[in-house]
Amino acid sequence: MRIDALDRQDLRRAPQRLARIVLRDKAGLFGLILFVLIVFLALAAPALSPHDPLQQNLRSSRQPPAWHEAGSMEHPLGTDNLGRDMLSRILVGTRVSLTVGFFGVLIASSIGLVFGMTAGYMGGRTDSAIMAVTNLVLSVPYLLLVVVVASVLGRSLLNVILIFGFTNAPLFVRVTRGEVLRIRTSGYVESAISIGASRHHIITRHILPNLIGPILTVATFEMSGMIFYEAGLGFLGLSVPPSIPSWGNMLAAGRQYIQFSPWIATFPGLAIVVTSLSMNLLGDWLRDVLDPRQRRSS
Amino acid sequence: MQRYLLSRVIQSIMLMFGVLILVFFLVRLTGDPARIMMPRDASPADIEAFRDAMGFNEPLPAQFFHFMTGALQGDFGRSLHYRAPAMRIVLERMPATIELSLAALVFALIVAIPLGVIGGSRPGTTWDTVCRAVGLVGQTVPNFWLALMMISLFSVTLGWFPTFGRGGFGSIVLPAVALGLFPLGKFTRLVRSAVLEVRNEDYVRTAYSKGLLDHRVYTHHIFLNVSVTLVSIVGVQFGYLLGGSIYIETIFAWPGVGRMINEAVQARDFPLVQALAFVSAAFIVLLNLLTDLAYVLIDPRIRYED
Repeated sequence: MRIDALDRQDLRRAPQRLARIVLRDKAGLFGLILFVLIVFLALAAPALSPHDPLQQNLRSSRQPPAWHEAGSMEHPLGTDNLGRDMLSRILVGTRVSLTVGFFGVLIASSIGLVFGMTAGYMGGRTDSAIMAVTNLVLSVPYLLLVVVVASVLGRSLLNVILIFGFTNAPLFVRVTRGEVLRIRTSGYVESAISIGASRHHIITRHILPNLIGPILTVATFEMSGMIFYEAGLGFLGLSVPPSIPSWGNMLAAGRQYIQFSPWIATFPGLAIVVTSLSMNLLGDWLRDVLDPRQRRSS
Repeated sequence: MQRYLLSRVIQSIMLMFGVLILVFFLVRLTGDPARIMMPRDASPADIEAFRDAMGFNEPLPAQFFHFMTGALQGDFGRSLHYRAPAMRIVLERMPATIELSLAALVFALIVAIPLGVIGGSRPGTTWDTVCRAVGLVGQTVPNFWLALMMISLFSVTLGWFPTFGRGGFGSIVLPAVALGLFPLGKFTRLVRSAVLEVRNEDYVRTAYSKGLLDHRVYTHHIFLNVSVTLVSIVGVQFGYLLGGSIYIETIFAWPGVGRMINEAVQARDFPLVQALAFVSAAFIVLLNLLTDLAYVLIDPRIRYED
């Protein structure tokens, strides 16, 4: 009875406690606000773009940003080598980055969850087989693997998502398996087994809820990583087709004009930095909140 | 100890077999390796002739056997672009990449160790904030973008360094800094948290209570213990450096393996890509093996019993 009452009291205070944690970590809060803003920009990109991101105009190509002497407010961040508006392209490019990151992580974590749980729960040969494949993929330099697969499959948004989803899955397998092994041998699962809980009950009530925290944390960092790698692939000309405005494709063009028109490379890069920053701050914060064991030392 | 050594060696060899299988199937992902290796405008007759010449018409097990027996002798076929044995070309390019990776690693360590030690020993100070900011920058700034920005500033505007090429000390500075940024952030974070942790260990308190001077405690007790953690991650970072060199060597026209990977992929020179992937993976596996051994040698607390 007493314990029950305490529990309920604890639960009632949960929102306040959560609010306190959110406000305590200023950096995490900043990351969250930044991330929400970026998602909003991606959704509202067509409405916010001052120009059609695909509209070429060779007469006004490589115009510098507005604060430059030769720049104008017509194109606040200037134009690229084909006269397309930089600001509009960066706004619309947010969509490619977030789409790849979101669906890539969704696929990778789903595969990781299924195989990681199977490996951790079944043990024995199943575990050995799954972990052998996992370790094999993880032993190949990641970027090399992605570049080779991308060049074999060809340029399309779906291919890019699938490539990141599958090549990133081993990481989630490893994390999930480790967590399952830890949870399985914990006191509360052992006592649940000892009072005759079914396998179904243990998986759905004990293992899955405890996996959410670590998976969500890894997912945030990996999503940031995929946005990085997508831009990198685009930079090498291996990501989405050149007709789609993406930060990577913009950087590839920027590289060719770095000598006289550095802004073509500067702004998409800044967009990547800001997005990545928001997700890293968010990830650090999630780790602190969801995984008290790994709390940072200060 | 010897049994541990033996099992690690066997494990590494098995892993290399796995990599070979992976490399074999990667170019067959779409089902038709001839089509992806030939130019897009190649005629069906040309593709058929190429398929025949490369042995792609043989049954898959026969192709696999052929590939494996060749690979075990270091023969990955001839590069389609260079018209020479793929393996030889890759090995010729290795020194330039190792040189650049080592330069990037040295740069990262020289900055990260002092920064991490200062930040970790004075948590909450301005130095600590700088330390954490560097850690964050390493994770959020893409190296290929940093490379472009440095070229724009230091090469084009200021004219301090050459924009590309390999020759003389000046030419390695920008590529090494760009490539070293990510490990720099990683090492800084790692050293900082390791120092924070070690500071509270009993042996450090004992050292202080013996009346040892601050710097002696740091050099003899804290740093030696932090270095164990560093060794474990330096080897792993080489995998990242090899990947990152694909961008950095392409941007700076550095004649190494990374740039060759990009060129081979663009030219659809897949025998060369296979050799490149195998050599890179072998290099990483070997480094991981050496890291594990170094670990045992450095830290007497680690003893692998059976």
